[in-house]
Amino acid sequence: MTYPPQYRYTKDHEWVHVSGESAEIGITHHAQDQLGDVVFVELPDVGARLRANGAFGTVESVKAVSDIYAPIGGDVTEVNEALIDNPELLNSDPHGAGWLVRVKVFDAAELEALMDAAQYAEYAAAEGG
Amino acid sequence: MRYLPKSPGERREMLDALGVDSIDELFASIPEALRCRRPPAVPDGISEYEIIDWFRARAEEGAKGYASFLGAGAYRHFRPVVIDALASRGEFLTAYTPYQAEISQGILTTIFEFQTMIAQLTGMEAANASMYDGSTAVPEAGMMAARITRRSRLLAARSLHPEYRQVLDTYNRRQHLPVETVRYDRDSGQIDLADLESKLSDEVAAVIVQSPNFFGVIDKTREAAELAHRRGALLIVIFAEAAALGVLRPTAEADIVAGELQSFAHPTSYGGPCVGVLATKRKYIRRMPGRLVGETVDAAGNRAFCLTLATREQHIRRAGATSNICTNQALVALMATIYMTVFGKQGLRELAEQNLAKARYLAEAVRARGGSLVFSGPFFNEFVVRPASADGARGVNEAALGDNVIGGLELGRLYPELDGALLVCATEVNRREEMDAYAACFGPPAGEDSIA
Repeated sequence: MTYPPQYRYTKDHEWVHVSGESAEIGITHHAQDQLGDVVFVELPDVGARLRANGAFGTVESVKAVSDIYAPIGGDVTEVNEALIDNPELLNSDPHGAGWLVRVKVFDAAELEALMDAAQYAEYAAAEGG
Repeated sequence: MRYLPKSPGERREMLDALGVDSIDELFASIPEALRCRRPPAVPDGISEYEIIDWFRARAEEGAKGYASFLGAGAYRHFRPVVIDALASRGEFLTAYTPYQAEISQGILTTIFEFQTMIAQLTGMEAANASMYDGSTAVPEAGMMAARITRRSRLLAARSLHPEYRQVLDTYNRRQHLPVETVRYDRDSGQIDLADLESKLSDEVAAVIVQSPNFFGVIDKTREAAELAHRRGALLIVIFAEAAALGVLRPTAEADIVAGELQSFAHPTSYGGPCVGVLATKRKYIRRMPGRLVGETVDAAGNRAFCLTLATREQHIRRAGATSNICTNQALVALMATIYMTVFGKQGLRELAEQNLAKARYLAEAVRARGGSLVFSGPFFNEFVVRPASADGARGVNEAALGDNVIGGLELGRLYPELDGALLVCATEVNRREEMDAYAACFGPPAGEDSIA
């Protein structure tokens, strides 16, 4: 699996893609693979404030319900409504159509604490699966 | 059921593993004031035959042969013998949801039927597999509303069962969900809508109203829902007397309906066990506490049942679980399921109508003896009455006890403003002569005073 090089990654298997003041957040291919079939996604309201490393929603698969943690802080400007009816987008296209939220970024410096694609690929491989 | 003793050696082994010297040390964290230091009333070292005899004799001393007009959250109803005959079958004898669930299709089937019947009776779209009891269902409903609305204050009617309010308070001290009380209208006994409106804010997660409320009065749940929804809060409707559901459907505007099903399941035996219910709208089922049995098909395509949404429970989600309830009240819920099945739709309606008729007869009888009904709101099978006689509620009940009649609840202890008044309940099991006997304790028939 290739992880998009322009994204940054967390140890909890989320990705963030910053462009300008805005960032898109999702979960990684490895995360969806470990979770199995996703049946429900719970997202914050537009306007909610995310703190870096804070839980902001849940992903429910047939196996488990997992919290999703924010890679960086920001105010939610948009949530992926398509996931309400099609949560399986998280399985089929986790790095694209399965994005979770868009936020207005507070502090792009928070990105520096995250892994790049190569580091994450190694990290995920070490976890197995 | 047999008692399995532990040998002193086994006790020692367990204490050593825990790293404590004695059983007393193990329980050292329990404050002294809360400990029961008196020896049990049961005699020491007697045979099984004798102990059964001893308990039987104690049971005889109880309410046997007494007529009772005590309700206040626990209600006497007729229980067809088929309930115990079926519920005590070995296949059903468990207090819990099965942990290896899917091999227990029989129990899952009864729970699915329970859920279906509760959803139909409450007018909600989904019900869970049951809660421990009505009192714990209240804070669970409150916490659920807080999860849905992401708000953290609750408003509870003062006419919600006082013990339910205490349990709500116990939970919410740790859950950081402050509860504010909403007054009741002194004339109608229903929620004071102006007080409710003034206490509602954008921080309130839910308004909790019981109907019939603790005073037996059918409350203004629709109006309360309207006020709550206007401020983005949910309405939680609580019931303590399930028999009312035969004629009274909780308002369709309710977001959560929770309550106590003892009336359908169990005699009023020394405080329990009870069984709670929690029902809600389909869109909220993922926020619902407890277990949920769903319908599916097995590998061969046969209709089958399974536990659904278990991924939100404690054994999988740990601290993130929707609730710490990871089971249900299976055996008592089964009894209620059998009861509802035996009575059916028509039977439950007739049961409720009989309760209405008996309570009205008794209310008229005590009024004819000078008692005055405290509230003008419509009541189900329970009402608040103030006796005319100078020695008031206590005097009436003392006289009744002498005639083998257990009177209604003296309200002064729970509601100081209602000191001297009685909360009196009549159900289908109260015969006319019992009601006449109790009414006679309220004093001579009105108009006879002048003759005497």
